[in-house]
Amino acid sequence: MPAHDVLIIGAGLAGQRAALAAAENGASVAIMSKVHPVRSHSVAAAGGINAAISIDDDWHSHAYDTVKGSDFLGDQDAIEIMCSEAPAEVMHLEHIGVTFHRNDRGEMDLRAFGGASMKRTAYVADITGQALLHVLYEQLMKHHETVDRYEEWFTTSLLQDEEGRCCGAVARDVRSGRMEAFKAKNVILACGGAGQAYKPTTNGLIVTGDGIAMAYRLGAPLMDMEMVQYHPTCLVETGILITEGARGEGAHLLNSQGERFMEKAAPNKMELASRDVVSRAEQIEIDEGRGVGPGGTGIYLDVTVVPRKRTLEALREIVNLGKDFAGVDITREPITIRPGQHYIMGGVKTDVDGRTPIEGLYAAGEVACVSVHGGNRLGANSLLDTLIFGRRAGEHAAARAAAIKLPEVDANAKLKSDVGEIDAIIARPHEGRRVSEIKDDLGELMNRYAAVFRDEAGLLTALESIGRLKEESRHAWIDDRGTVFNQDVLGAIELGYMIDCAETTVVGALERKESRGAQFRTDYPERNDAEWLKHIDITLTDDGPQVSYSPVTITQWQPEERKY
Amino acid sequence: MADIHKPPEEFRIRMRRYDPESGEAPYWDEHTITLAPHRSVLEAILQARDRFDGSIGIRCSCRQAICGSCGVRVNGEPALACHTHLDAALKSSPDGVIEIEPMGNIPVIKDLIVDMDAVHWKKIQRVTPWLINKQPIPEREYLVSHDAMVDVTQSMACIQCGACVSDCLAMEVDPGFIGPAALAKAYRFVGDPRDAQQKERLVDLAQDPEGIFDCTHCFKCVEACPKDVNPMGQIMRLRRIAIDDHHIVDVNNGERHEAAFTGLIKDNGLLWEAELLPRSYGGNSWFGKLHPAAGKELLSSLPAIVKALIRGKVTPMGALKPHKLKSKDLKSVQSIYEKIEKKPERYELNLYISGVDEVVQETPVTVAGGVETEASAPAPESPEGSTSV
Repeated sequence: MPAHDVLIIGAGLAGQRAALAAAENGASVAIMSKVHPVRSHSVAAAGGINAAISIDDDWHSHAYDTVKGSDFLGDQDAIEIMCSEAPAEVMHLEHIGVTFHRNDRGEMDLRAFGGASMKRTAYVADITGQALLHVLYEQLMKHHETVDRYEEWFTTSLLQDEEGRCCGAVARDVRSGRMEAFKAKNVILACGGAGQAYKPTTNGLIVTGDGIAMAYRLGAPLMDMEMVQYHPTCLVETGILITEGARGEGAHLLNSQGERFMEKAAPNKMELASRDVVSRAEQIEIDEGRGVGPGGTGIYLDVTVVPRKRTLEALREIVNLGKDFAGVDITREPITIRPGQHYIMGGVKTDVDGRTPIEGLYAAGEVACVSVHGGNRLGANSLLDTLIFGRRAGEHAAARAAAIKLPEVDANAKLKSDVGEIDAIIARPHEGRRVSEIKDDLGELMNRYAAVFRDEAGLLTALESIGRLKEESRHAWIDDRGTVFNQDVLGAIELGYMIDCAETTVVGALERKESRGAQFRTDYPERNDAEWLKHIDITLTDDGPQVSYSPVTITQWQPEERKY
Repeated sequence: MADIHKPPEEFRIRMRRYDPESGEAPYWDEHTITLAPHRSVLEAILQARDRFDGSIGIRCSCRQAICGSCGVRVNGEPALACHTHLDAALKSSPDGVIEIEPMGNIPVIKDLIVDMDAVHWKKIQRVTPWLINKQPIPEREYLVSHDAMVDVTQSMACIQCGACVSDCLAMEVDPGFIGPAALAKAYRFVGDPRDAQQKERLVDLAQDPEGIFDCTHCFKCVEACPKDVNPMGQIMRLRRIAIDDHHIVDVNNGERHEAAFTGLIKDNGLLWEAELLPRSYGGNSWFGKLHPAAGKELLSSLPAIVKALIRGKVTPMGALKPHKLKSKDLKSVQSIYEKIEKKPERYELNLYISGVDEVVQETPVTVAGGVETEASAPAPESPEGSTSV
């Protein structure tokens, strides 16, 4: 049975950064991912990474922007750590080979981004996530002797010893169908968000809440799951993302009257207000009949105001996306977009070292909620979050591993039960519904009732429907009876993960009777600091999800009215 | 460009299926799906999988041509399934059914899933795929030019999908060829001014018999690449830097072959095929053929030479004399050489960034409802460093 000091599940930016940090600190490391690491969804991050590296900038300013962006729900101690450590981390990335674009002095160039008080986003064209991910993978190849890679291994559950410590995982080699238990002194979850619980979403098909659900099932609390970000610029039909970099370079948003309607919602920052503000403003235009395109369900993003050469060089990817996925040459005409599900600010509750309340279990990246994003994440802060807290989790886990022995656990029991469960799914008779049908229903449901605007009646409907889908999913059938690359059976397990995530999102949204950040309750349209300046924690018990609260850490910025 | 306003219609897709556990040979599997013509082949496959047969195997995730998972062959040509429109695929189909197969040059695991580790990633690892830092590492960022970073971004933009590997003709003949994707990756370091081992990397790749001189310039990889990485172009740049900047003379005769080739065209205006081989091996002059190395090579090529003579591809007279070109035309060819050789620096064309700034657009942008607005709001100041490439 493989045994490691640190087992990392998920190989996007957070996971790879954690692996490299843990190995550097002397731990024996394994990194496991259900896809090849460079396919991880971090690859799709386009715009850039925030850090106060300019001599005119100060990390305090970055931190304040982040606190304000979070609608004061972010924990300020964590935000201070992220923003103060950002410049060194970005320099480290530059040193290991990220091809950050430069200014005419040869220093890293910076672009403007939403919610930021100055230009502080370092970038590689509009493929920043890809560049970072591929460079980290170069480092994993370089350090192949100290980091074991389990590529295309799907994790089915986490192992826990009698004292409740997390001490490994059970996984299935997708290629051979073989199941194996992995012992570990520490497990770091780094397997991303749960965007596929929504339809449409900007997220890839692999983003199915695996880590959030596995931690939740193990007893770890989830925090602020109601905070789901809708990105303001997604293609109407497919939900494909158009980077915020477009607005960072100066693009405008226009309604059917040709008005820059952001004048009303954010007279100072206009299109570069924070994402929740822009998405809401767009949704109001659409709902009030000033949308564009078929059915008036879209908004124009006008990139033609950006110099063409600059667009071709710095926004090349979206020039191609426009052509290939919407039939529009963005350098010549506006493109129709709308808000779409993009990111989950909530996740597994952790401290600033990535530790969850379960000993031995860490989380970093979108799967986690530290919380640095609070009610709304600023663009280009997610890459930073993955790298800072991935590294910190890796370092902390390596230090903890040095001090303890490998926990005793009978891994075979869990292994056997997981094998049995998979066999049972494969053997399900073709009665009831297909997994794919239930997944579609879930996505449409969430996008209808747990989107930009929410109210109690809709959320109650959603909760009830999720209960029904959960029941149906227990008998949902699949076609593939094989073992080699049986993606069908993995889809059935992923559906269970997504349903758990969706349920906690709706429970949290019902609980929070105010409007803050991404959560806008039409029945409680104001922010209510007196009652709701607190995190909502959800823990799984025998009676289902249980809600509790924890305080928001405030260090130097008292809540104030949020205006852009 | 895709027309997004057409309603859904029926398309037939035919997939190459293979179940390694069945003991059966691969077979064709056909489905009819309903989607708008601008939707992707991937969406068609996923519809078939969701509605008719969940056992269809394909790797996929992002649906937007950035994760690199869904490399396949559509009607015989390598492509990302998510990046190929159904209407375009239908047009290139010979019989009205869109044919989808796993990629070539890589063993198939199941259905459309191929063994990327066995071929693609093994080759990537061959080129020492990480930065070897120039020392000392600065406290802040390395100061390098904007152009250099934009330049390597072209090969950085490779999503490791394997489409170029699938279609590489040289690899079909020599599976050991390092190949287009890995050599493009190599350029990402050779072209990076922060790397300390440019020359060592180039020596390694030039001396490897399956390295940079194994490419046959067929352009297949350029055509196959969904991200305009231009792998063959990167290979040619590696050669130019190896030869012109580092004067690496390789055991594969790549450098001498290039010198003979360009020399013959400069002298004659057209290639003198019969002289190419002796000069590549024996030295770049008419006397080259008298060198023992050339003799040996000529001898081993004898069967091919005889075959060419029998089939009339060359005539004895043609072999003895160069092709004739009018002196005016010869002069024009030679003037190209003069012009290029006079340039103080070599100019590398980067196809990744194309287009130029146009005069400020004066035509109004039309938005829905026929309302017109002037697209004349002041454009934001271009951040420093966006110099022309």
